[in-house]
Amino acid sequence: MKPSKEKILEVKKLTMDFGGLRAIDSFDLDICDKEIVALIGPNGAGKTTFFNCITGIYKPASGDIVINKNGKKERINGVRPNLITEKGFARTFQNIRLFGNMTVLENVMIGRHCRSKSSVAGAILRNKASIQEEKDIVNFSYNILKKIGLQNSVNELANNLPYGDQRRLEIARALATEPFLLLLDEPAAGMNPNETAELADLIKRIRDEEGISILLIEHDMKLVMKLSELIFVVDYGKKIAQGTPEEIKVNPNVIKAYLGEETNA
Amino acid sequence: MTTDISASKIDGIKKSVYTALWFMFLTFPIMVIKVNTIDNIIIWRWENMFFIGAGSFILSFIWRYMISKNEMKSEDSTGILQTFSEKITSEKKIYIPIIIAAAVFVIAFPFIFSMYNTNIMITALIYVMLGLGLNIVVGISGHLFLGYAAFYAAGAYTYALLNHHFDISFWFALPIGAAIGAVIGILLGFPVLRLKGDYLAIVTLGFGEIVRLILENWNDFSFGPSGIANIPRPPLFNLKLSLSEAIVYLYFIMVVLCIFTVFIIRRLEDSRIGRALVALREDETACQAMGIDKTKIKLTAFALGTTWAGMGGVLFAAKTTFVNPSSFTIWESIMVLCIVVLGGMGSIVGVIIGAMILILLPEYLRAFSEYRMIIFGIVLVLMMIFRPGGIVTSVRKNYKFELESK
Amino acid sequence: MDYFLELFLGGLTRGSIYALIALGYTMVYGIIQLINFAHGEIYMIGAFTALIAASVLTFAGLNQLAIIVIAALAAIIYSAAYGYTIEKIAYKPLRNAPRLSVLISAIGMSLFLQNYVLLAQTSNFLPFPELIPEFEFLKPYSHIIRPSELFICITTAVIMLLLTFLIKFTKIGKAMRAAAQDKTMAMLLGIDVNLVISVTFIVGSATAAIGGVLIASHIGQINFYMGFIAGIKAFVAAVLGGIGSIPGAVLGSLILGWTESFFTGYISSDYEDAFAFLFLVLILIFRPSGILGKKEY
Ligand SMILES: Nc1ncnc2c1ncn2[C@@H]1O[C@H](COP(=O)(O)OP(=O)(O)OP(=O)(O)O)[C@@H](O)[C@H]1O
Ligand SMILES: [Mg+2]
Repeated sequence: MKPSKEKILEVKKLTMDFGGLRAIDSFDLDICDKEIVALIGPNGAGKTTFFNCITGIYKPASGDIVINKNGKKERINGVRPNLITEKGFARTFQNIRLFGNMTVLENVMIGRHCRSKSSVAGAILRNKASIQEEKDIVNFSYNILKKIGLQNSVNELANNLPYGDQRRLEIARALATEPFLLLLDEPAAGMNPNETAELADLIKRIRDEEGISILLIEHDMKLVMKLSELIFVVDYGKKIAQGTPEEIKVNPNVIKAYLGEETNA
Repeated sequence: MTTDISASKIDGIKKSVYTALWFMFLTFPIMVIKVNTIDNIIIWRWENMFFIGAGSFILSFIWRYMISKNEMKSEDSTGILQTFSEKITSEKKIYIPIIIAAAVFVIAFPFIFSMYNTNIMITALIYVMLGLGLNIVVGISGHLFLGYAAFYAAGAYTYALLNHHFDISFWFALPIGAAIGAVIGILLGFPVLRLKGDYLAIVTLGFGEIVRLILENWNDFSFGPSGIANIPRPPLFNLKLSLSEAIVYLYFIMVVLCIFTVFIIRRLEDSRIGRALVALREDETACQAMGIDKTKIKLTAFALGTTWAGMGGVLFAAKTTFVNPSSFTIWESIMVLCIVVLGGMGSIVGVIIGAMILILLPEYLRAFSEYRMIIFGIVLVLMMIFRPGGIVTSVRKNYKFELESK
Repeated sequence: MDYFLELFLGGLTRGSIYALIALGYTMVYGIIQLINFAHGEIYMIGAFTALIAASVLTFAGLNQLAIIVIAALAAIIYSAAYGYTIEKIAYKPLRNAPRLSVLISAIGMSLFLQNYVLLAQTSNFLPFPELIPEFEFLKPYSHIIRPSELFICITTAVIMLLLTFLIKFTKIGKAMRAAAQDKTMAMLLGIDVNLVISVTFIVGSATAAIGGVLIASHIGQINFYMGFIAGIKAFVAAVLGGIGSIPGAVLGSLILGWTESFFTGYISSDYEDAFAFLFLVLILIFRPSGILGKKEY
């Protein structure tokens, strides 16, 4: 590992319970600046729950989630989701959650909400500042769509997009909040091999060009092995392995967890 | 081939016969038998059974046809009215003459028609305002509010009480009423913030009932069921207006205020706040994950919606010159909801059309006014099943952008 | 002490009636997550059907017992039929629609049914015959408990037991529980979810009808509007106890019944109807899942 790099997220002994079910059990995870990290594990292992804890949708039972931005550390357990997004985390959802009856562009524009500030009064009076801000929002959002490759469907309703495009739109929307850590929950689910390859490219580009770190949940092992520098494996809420793709491939615990799942299925 | 068709026809007839029989059975006690407990006689109305049978036989064909059409429908079925209204709003050549004609009609209205008609039109315009306000909460931000009448009452009583105790005039009461509407909207908003749609509906309904109960029982404050009378109509400088002049004046105030409402709401819709409201309707969790403060935006939606109810209440008090609790029942709230649903949730033009239809039709078709409520009920159900977007479905805006940075 | 007992029993009776209605709400909500606004109207239709049946039978000169049994049966059958039909017309076509649409449809249905009875029958209060017989052994306590109160409490208890049995041990009951847990999964396991939903509406409506007949006979008058407030209060009771939970519905109903009874008895009856709503707001703030409901994350 490379200790030289700065950590941007430190998770220590994170635990989350649903009634009697311990969905995450004393989980540790660190992410460094400009790193692509993957979180893998069998179905129901607790990956999405982990995301939900980090992004403030659930309040964890115990443990620490510490965010480190420009040398300033801050514990964000139980902070509301919108504030966490404001601090610089953005996410996509496993079961796509776009604003279906809004246009593609509007979806991305919503991402700009927390980076703009015109109020009700501004909306009604339309003073110079709010007109300019509105223009900036539109242009910023359009440019993101262009980067993602959705510029041809800006005015379509999000609901009417093909599945793969919807997944990409979710990424675009998340990028609009200008995050420094992007959390992707199964971005390749339901995509064909072509689309998956393009997605891999896109994720790499986001990291290389924008300098955004990425935490990725994915079942597509080829994609995970190709992209990530570090992989965490979770099963029944516990971390069972951690390492580079090469290390994970041969880790007996991981093989057992996955094989165990296959015999169940 | 032909046997196939006739077989399906026979099948359809069979189904309709069963449906007719079922409804004849279902409605038998309530429609056919009527107990007169005073004279102790029973009236048998067999003719109703026949009407129900024949009616449901025919309607069941239409119902099945509509349902099957509904199921096949894909997103391209926008309907005639839709394309029609889109055409009107997109082509200058068409909409400018229409706007001019409408403006002339609106200005000439009180001089052409009688005072009675002008009065009805004022009522309709008040409902336009209420509908537009509720539309922000229900149509745009997706929160089912069943206690809208409470805010309407707050506005009306604000004017009535301020005038009664302190002689405050209409023009001061109007913004105060609006502000009170907004404040109560926010106060109600706090406890219900975490509630999901259906709970919100019940809580707001309850809130409406509590407000009405308070107005009815707290005599020292609200003068109870007998209400407050002799509320002045809006004054025009210091002129003494005759009754008919005062009504024409109020009519124009109403027209101007409605235009003002439309203007404000259009600007809101097309702004950062307006977009956030729609996003809130679409998906609350995703909304928060995108950095929108759910609490703040919800309270904003409530306040923006209830402001208009407060203002409408002041206008109502000024129009009727009398307020009492019975004007603010749950049915008032449901009526405004009907306007929004029928017209088209989220669509300004739709709400205006909805208010005109639902207020003016029962007024002018007197025979039909007895059936007003039952028709509202049917409208709500059928609209939700067959045309959930309302008469005029709202359309999302297309943005223009500068193609900078190649 | 007697006054306290009287209020206590009055509250128990009230609570029992709320419980009979609340069951329908809770069961329907458990399966399709819908507040069936029209449920209160089903209860009202039950009362009307019983009144009409009883009047016709009195004319026909039947004896008291036959009238009671037939009128109650008619109420149950008709309410169940209405519940079934309402689901098919107003809710089934909206199975995949947004929640808001279904809710509005439900409100529309409630409005329709109220006005249907109003137009077809009357807007006046109708006197309802005393269907419940006098019990000799209760005579000495007549200042504390009326026979109808005893009858209501016992009937409610019996129905609760039957219902618990239905849901715990019968095949359809198991299917209902499965569908409430996870509709898609239940469907995959070969459960006819549409049938389960229909049965839920039928059972819920039938219990509401019993509530309607009992309360009408207890109070002695009915009108087309009676279902609305009662329905909403029963819903509040269901939420109070934890929506989706049957014991919760009973517990919530009793708490609401007693609160109303003691408050109106000792303090003032002006705000009787406001209580339910106050309760609702408080419970939703402090324990949104209700007393016996499962916590949600
Ligand atoms: N809101 C909730 N309430 C109760 N239990 C939950 C909740 N969300 C998740 N769980 C449970 O927590 C466990 C972990 O679920 P999670 O969704 O995090 O799995 P996952 O690793 O994302 O699986 P998948 O690969 O299928 O997406 C599962 O057993 C699930 O049933
Ligand atoms: Mg998951």
